[in-house]
Amino acid sequence: MVVAMPRKNPAELLPSATPVRFVAEDASAVDEHDGYAEPPGDRLRKAYRLMVIGRRFDTQATALTKQGRLAVYPSSSGQEACQIGCAMALGPADWLFPTYRDSVALVARGVAAPEVLTLLRGDAHCGYDPAAVRVAPQCTPLATQTLHATGLAYALRRRGEDAVVMALAGDGATSEGDFHEALNFAAVCDAPVVFFVQNNGYAISVPLEKQTAAPALAYKGIGYGVRSEQVDGNDAVAVLSVLDAAVAYARAGHGPVLVEAHTYRIDAHTNADDASRYRDPAEVQRWRAADPVRRLEKHLLERELLSAEEVERFRADAEQYAADVRAALNTEPSLDPLSLFDNVYARPTRLLTAQRAQVAAELKEES
Amino acid sequence: MTQLSMAQALNAALRDAVKDDDRVVILGEDVGALGGVFRITDGIAADFGDDRCFDTPLAESGIVGFAVGMAMGGFRPVVELQFDAFAYPAFEQITSHVAKMRNRTRGAVALPMVIRIPYAGGIGGVEHHCDSSEAFYTHTPGLRVVTPGSAQDAYDLLRDAIDSADPVVFMEPKNRYWTKESVSFSRDSAPMDQAVVRRPGRDVTLIAYGPMVATALETAEAATAEGWDVEVVDLRSLSPFDDVTVSASVRRTGRAVVVHEAAGFGGYGAEIVARVTEQCFHYLHAPVLRVTGLDIPYPPPKLERHQLPHVDRILDTIARLQWQDQPVVASA
Repeated sequence: MVVAMPRKNPAELLPSATPVRFVAEDASAVDEHDGYAEPPGDRLRKAYRLMVIGRRFDTQATALTKQGRLAVYPSSSGQEACQIGCAMALGPADWLFPTYRDSVALVARGVAAPEVLTLLRGDAHCGYDPAAVRVAPQCTPLATQTLHATGLAYALRRRGEDAVVMALAGDGATSEGDFHEALNFAAVCDAPVVFFVQNNGYAISVPLEKQTAAPALAYKGIGYGVRSEQVDGNDAVAVLSVLDAAVAYARAGHGPVLVEAHTYRIDAHTNADDASRYRDPAEVQRWRAADPVRRLEKHLLERELLSAEEVERFRADAEQYAADVRAALNTEPSLDPLSLFDNVYARPTRLLTAQRAQVAAELKEES
Repeated sequence: MTQLSMAQALNAALRDAVKDDDRVVILGEDVGALGGVFRITDGIAADFGDDRCFDTPLAESGIVGFAVGMAMGGFRPVVELQFDAFAYPAFEQITSHVAKMRNRTRGAVALPMVIRIPYAGGIGGVEHHCDSSEAFYTHTPGLRVVTPGSAQDAYDLLRDAIDSADPVVFMEPKNRYWTKESVSFSRDSAPMDQAVVRRPGRDVTLIAYGPMVATALETAEAATAEGWDVEVVDLRSLSPFDDVTVSASVRRTGRAVVVHEAAGFGGYGAEIVARVTEQCFHYLHAPVLRVTGLDIPYPPPKLERHQLPHVDRILDTIARLQWQDQPVVASA
């Protein structure tokens, strides 16, 4: 492992005192973004379009659980600025390490929707080839993937590849040991990895105040020597700006970055969860008013970076996208039970060969 | 042929692997300048550079999870988890990710990596330094689990493990580290999946692995005085299990005893007994018996001799194989 760099100055690692913000909840511009540049208009328009599609994908997936087409769906409604921001900040050679809640980020990264939903539909654990799309399998254990992201970032840098790895985590995951081990490893070996925490207020039912006593989750980077930042996670302009800067910082060889986005999950943990047992409806209403999609839309319209026609067109695109997702998910998948034995080991063991024959015989009997 | 201890043989295997394949990297706590607490990585960082053998922060889950990422990035990590019971923080990474990545990704991402765990007792270690944790790993589909019983096997199995396309949990019997033997580097041994008959015999098969291979061989010698001709099978690979070699031996002898240091209840020996019974039932003159560690937390050093299967205990168990007073004869 590369010899540790000279100790960093703590002041350079500290996050801003309040979350970085460009656009207030009423869509007016605010100057709470010291040192960060506003992304160009075409980039913001692209973000808006992806957010509209992402929101529609999310409502479509939730609807598919009600129809029994998906086994489960963890909604990220309300987190679109984060979901789109992390995907847009990465280049084609970079890697994304998502969690189960980050399906919209995968869609924004360009993974085909049916492949994204393969896991949640119950067809296979991962519907896409991670190496081909540079997206790790969506991780269900908490924070374990942050270590994989760190190891891969280190490996890619050692191979001379100009690639950054983005590891996604929720607020609950920041309490897991692996999250802390990953920050520590990344800092010690100077790995180009961006830890992006979407603090949506709850780990299933446990609110943030019972999760941590830290001033903000962003402060968790300091102790490890990791540069940290916090951002308004419902302000797409700010999320893009901060993540662009974080990726550039890591790419330039300065080491890892931790970004905490303050956001909110509007829906329950999954469709199987009853959020009314632990959340005040008034709180949800307050956060609905902070909706990231509407906020960006209004901001762009007011600044004439977006036209009413474009808004209509993007919504129509999103409807078409949802219709395609529906159509794809309404077809019955063709699953081969014998494929269960294919990828346990590089070559099946005797034991697996025997069990494969047993299942094959059972299938023959059934047919 | 060179006289080497098992520790030296493992060191030679690591050196040769690092020399032969640029992708091989060694990482873990203390593996660099110190050369490992057991000196298995002695001098490798000095001879091959810090990027081939390096110290990591002290965090077992971190070491394994980081190695997962390195394997995804095209390297072949060999990680050292310093002691059996200190490997438990990495258990989630090993079972949820190392074992499953190939399967989760339907073959798109493989994780060729080796997790070295010094295990088992007999060295007078204090608490948490002498667990036999093999059953946790053998119960996890997707992992290969191997354990050498000799210096020669240590060299061969470690080279094979590093070459393996699948992740391997490599369990090193600590109490054998310092035993010297002639070691050849020709790599013409049995393949990694294969068990080996270490000593042929007609009357009973002793099935052992890792630290108990030497004890089983010692028992076999002692048993001749009792009129028993004991065959010793060294499993080498615990997962996959070599049914062919084991069954062939038990069918020849008609009697079998499984020996391991780990607690018996729910242990790896139960799997062997079940498999032997299923496949050799009509050849058996007696039930397949086990000699295992006691079903207690690993005892403090001054009491560990009661935990470890020893020659007398194994001989007593062999004596119980005269089921229904059957004479001891060679079977067909």
